[in-house]
Amino acid sequence: MSAFPNSADLLHVLPELIWCVFGALLMLLQPLTQSRRFLTIVAVMGAILGVCGNFYSVHNTGTAFSGLIAADRFSIFFSHLIGLIAIMVILGANSYLERERLADAEFYALVLFATAGMGVLASAQELLTAFIGLEMSSISSYILAGYRRDVLKSGESSMKYFLLGSFATAFFLYGIALVYGATGTTNLLRMDITAGAESTSILLKLGLALILIGLGFKVAAAPFQIWTPDVYEGAPTPVTALFSAGPKAATFALLLRIFADVHAATQFWFYAFWILAALTMFAGNLGALLQTNVKRMLAYSSIAHAGYILVAFAAVTKLSADTNIGAGPAYAAVAFYLLSYALVKVGAFTIVSQFGGAGEKHLSLDDYAGLGERQPFVAAALSLFLLSLLGLPITAGFFGKFYVFKAAVDAHLIWLAVLLAANSIIGAYYYIRLIVIMYMRDPIPEVAATTPIRFPVVVNVVLAIAVIGTLWLGILPNYALNYLLKPGLINDSQSQITQMK
Amino acid sequence: MVPTNYYLILSAIIFGLGVVAFIFKRNVITIFMSIELMLNAVNLAFVAFSQAKHQSDGQVFVLFVIVVAAAEAAVGLGIIILMQRVRHSLNVERVDLLKL
Repeated sequence: MSAFPNSADLLHVLPELIWCVFGALLMLLQPLTQSRRFLTIVAVMGAILGVCGNFYSVHNTGTAFSGLIAADRFSIFFSHLIGLIAIMVILGANSYLERERLADAEFYALVLFATAGMGVLASAQELLTAFIGLEMSSISSYILAGYRRDVLKSGESSMKYFLLGSFATAFFLYGIALVYGATGTTNLLRMDITAGAESTSILLKLGLALILIGLGFKVAAAPFQIWTPDVYEGAPTPVTALFSAGPKAATFALLLRIFADVHAATQFWFYAFWILAALTMFAGNLGALLQTNVKRMLAYSSIAHAGYILVAFAAVTKLSADTNIGAGPAYAAVAFYLLSYALVKVGAFTIVSQFGGAGEKHLSLDDYAGLGERQPFVAAALSLFLLSLLGLPITAGFFGKFYVFKAAVDAHLIWLAVLLAANSIIGAYYYIRLIVIMYMRDPIPEVAATTPIRFPVVVNVVLAIAVIGTLWLGILPNYALNYLLKPGLINDSQSQITQMK
Repeated sequence: MVPTNYYLILSAIIFGLGVVAFIFKRNVITIFMSIELMLNAVNLAFVAFSQAKHQSDGQVFVLFVIVVAAAEAAVGLGIIILMQRVRHSLNVERVDLLKL
């Protein structure tokens, strides 16, 4: 084995490489051109080419860089998902940046760097790569959160995100250090093999607990969710769209991979996930009830959705610990949920970013009164997204929630399933409230005086992607599900052990 | 030779001090320093384990942590300067526009 990576290794991380190269390219191009359109085209091209860069991994699954990166179907799925989020965010941000008079090259570059980081995070098979990916995406996110730097709220959001994010990273790292001390490796696949009889040691348990705390911060699981509403509200709305979808998907992907590979984690984390899931669902839904600001309401709703996903995680732990058949359907449930959720959240935040108007002034629920009459298509799209978040049939959210519910029942987590259903009912209140305001109330005079906001073509493209995706996954979920349910989704430790023998 | 446990206890104490300082301090620079303290506690733990196991993995990890911490510091100090410019204060309690 040579120390220099061979071409196969590089091809396995082609999407991340393309995203990084285009990010750097955008910064180089910026002084040379004044054209916002040109820079946007370059950025979108970069994001799309990055997704296309998966072609090699699709045909050659395996591992790269001596096991640092996994190029299995699981990471390919997340690479596509994260790339799709990046494409939608860049397209949706274009007119926003112009309206707020913000520089766009750096913005796109940071989005692409963050995307590359998330890609690394989702395919990391070693805690070292996971750490690098996490920090790539986090550091870009800190800057993006404060991108409207003249606005007090934006700077505040950036600072809160930075301080709490770094705090969480320190916990994550300390956890890695302890796990390393217990097992002698940071490679997820080798942990089970080397840990052996020691796998129940206190050091390993403490390390896993700290890793869970660190990642819990990143996915906004209660009681580590306090920063979420503030950061989401203060950040520019296209950035909020990215935050609510991207890092969450990538971090959940890493957690799933830790489950698949490290047996000690599945045994140890069950109760933690049960409690986290219950707390997070209630914290998100009860918090959302009180909100009058749309961005904050959607922020709380994303906490609630993290809670629903954590229910599936509790099911995964239970299923992998109790039975030998594995937790394949529960893994698929998580991945499918993240896909359906990301589409909807990016779509909804894109509408909010357009509708906010210059300086993001129109963000309260009352500003949406009469939208159904004034802008019927936008109102219909937003209603569809809200119904999908609520989990009504023929939307993607229905199947997402259905499979999570099914996983919980399969794992005999009846109480958690009951809590999930109860929370969906609480959620119905604030989602439907917004729909009612849009369709049944007259617009407030101040808003009625303004002309309806014309959405640029690219934003309509984003909304079309989100709407079609939501309906498609809601009516024909099989295509995505079959991909996720086929055996061998993740390189797990079992297959690795058999290979070694 | 100093036993590994001593290093680990020291590292845990430093990490704990970092957490306490993060929670109770009000000056954003001090808070930032407490995060650095926590990261260095992590580095100490890595090196100690690495030494105990006669491996170099942990030491490599430390190098990565140092590099990333430097990148984080660059961004973090930028954010702190932004805060000083727009608010003329480094006290985190005055950063309170966003709340319930």
